[in-house]
Amino acid sequence: MNAIIEKIATYIAKDILKQPKRVITPTEKLISSGLVDSFSLVDLGLFIEDNFGVRIDDTELNAETFDTLEELERVIKELGIRN
Amino acid sequence: MEISVPMLSLLQQHFLNQPQKTAVILQHAGQPDVLIDYQTLLEQSARYARAYENAKILPGEVVVLILQHSADLIFAFWGAILGGQIPSIMPFLTEKLAPERYRADLAALVGVTQPAAMVTSPEFEAEVRGALGPGSSVRAVLLTSQIPASAEVNFQQAGGLARSSEEIVLLQHSSGTTGLQKGVALSQRAILNQLTAYRAALQLQPEDVLVSWLPLYHDMGLIAGFLMPILSGVTLVLMSPFDWVRAPYRLFQSVGQYRGTLSWLPNFAYNFCAQKVRERDLAGVDLSSWRLITNCSEPVKAESQRAFYERFAPYGLKESALACSYAMAENVFGVTQTPAGTLPVTDEIDRAAYINERRALPPQPGQAAQVMLSSGRALANTKLRVVDEAGNDLPDRVIGEIALQSDCMLTGYYRRPDATEQALRGGWYFTGDYGYTLNGELFVAGRKKDMIIVGGKNVYPQDLEALAYEVPCIHAGRAVAFGIEDEKAGTEEAVIVAEVDTDNPQEREQIAEALRRHVTQNSAITLRYAHIVGAKWILKTSSGKTARAANREKFLTESA
Repeated sequence: MNAIIEKIATYIAKDILKQPKRVITPTEKLISSGLVDSFSLVDLGLFIEDNFGVRIDDTELNAETFDTLEELERVIKELGIRN
Repeated sequence: MEISVPMLSLLQQHFLNQPQKTAVILQHAGQPDVLIDYQTLLEQSARYARAYENAKILPGEVVVLILQHSADLIFAFWGAILGGQIPSIMPFLTEKLAPERYRADLAALVGVTQPAAMVTSPEFEAEVRGALGPGSSVRAVLLTSQIPASAEVNFQQAGGLARSSEEIVLLQHSSGTTGLQKGVALSQRAILNQLTAYRAALQLQPEDVLVSWLPLYHDMGLIAGFLMPILSGVTLVLMSPFDWVRAPYRLFQSVGQYRGTLSWLPNFAYNFCAQKVRERDLAGVDLSSWRLITNCSEPVKAESQRAFYERFAPYGLKESALACSYAMAENVFGVTQTPAGTLPVTDEIDRAAYINERRALPPQPGQAAQVMLSSGRALANTKLRVVDEAGNDLPDRVIGEIALQSDCMLTGYYRRPDATEQALRGGWYFTGDYGYTLNGELFVAGRKKDMIIVGGKNVYPQDLEALAYEVPCIHAGRAVAFGIEDEKAGTEEAVIVAEVDTDNPQEREQIAEALRRHVTQNSAITLRYAHIVGAKWILKTSSGKTARAANREKFLTESA
């Protein structure tokens, strides 16, 4: 697992799910499964901004843009290149 | 010619006297705002009235609306009011909800409510049809793409003229599977009486601007955040709940942009906004126009109000704007409201007496105290009582069940005489909420009914337990659900404790995970607390029923 995915996985397990030991695989569904609920999406967006310096527009905080850690990593990298 | 049907008469007045006044400013994140004036509102709604007429949907028949936040939802609703059909707005499928569960809930609703028509968008047609079995009451599924392109606004010929003000004008369904089948049926008379009383409490003025992100299937969104402004000639800025939850700052930007004066928020939203809105999204925002922000639809917390005020005071938020209300669909909406322009009264009480004696007494020196926040005074048309188990009135500072009587009560639960009879007794509606009075102010203090309110959404523990039994390795009768307070979030969290046979920690964790997932995908809430235990953990009453309050205490003691 690479650094970006690992960092977000740890954050989701610890701060959103409150289960620090919970393992989230890179391809596990996050949004459509309800694992990350809509009230936590804004937190996830702010965490990504603070840690990776990219801002995911709030209209893109949905399962269509990313639904797994792998997809989220791709979004972060793409936004990073654009900046 | 004078129109005797009150809602149509109000709509006609706005249509004739101020056709260019903006009725609704519809907001969608990432798109330009859409301004809908009264002329457009009525012209577009007339298209839907025509569609219902063409489909031979009669006045007095129920039309269920399953539409996302959109202009069509607004027009389909008012089209039914024009045509005399009874609109009922249903929640749209969310990303996390299992489609088969949504379909089952919808089928159950159709079974009880017996609608004649459903309105939805083309993309959702298959979903809606999937919920209709053979012999269904639904004679037409109307698609937004197939509504007549234009129709004349003719109040003199409106189907709605056939409806008396005593007859049911709309149904409001609360969320949750048990609640889903309990639609609150409201008459025009009740709604108009509520609006008269509630407007007075708010000191509503034509130049007010209401800003709302609340869903229209919820009573607070439907009545305070939709019907009231539109019928009162007050401009409504309406954003999508989905947009708000992903970007709570949009509420503040909209208030600033349109000089918003009024909003309604459930308690958790105060914490949510205070914690999650960043400085850069507030640049240039001026909140000084906001004169009344009403905390309503879940227990009100002084700490939540305080956090919200401190966070947004630098942007011109006035402390006097922070108001509270106690409201429910069964009284159309408002029951109490704190007077406009004054801070809600707080009452510091002794915690031990509150918990053990159910009394709200002044704190004892050196003993733990807690601050209660008033929900305000009864509206002018509403009488309140606080009663004991036998129905006797209780004095100030003694906690009992809140009962109310008014000229705006529900007609009944639609096609549910059993539920109606249980709630309405001797002309009083028994709310199932506990509270106490003090000098005419109502303080809500817990509830008798088993309902859990998670972020303004009502869920029933029975429904959550039934979902738990669908999870492999959890047996019927061996799970208990209850709510616990989440102070940081300013709302309740649902907990499910389930007994299992295995004591292997890994297997237990797998069951917990399956339970979380199943409940999350099959209910309105996200389950975080799935607590797996061994046999005989759950406390039962002598008659074998699950004692939810006792199990809640046990859970809290063990997790402390």
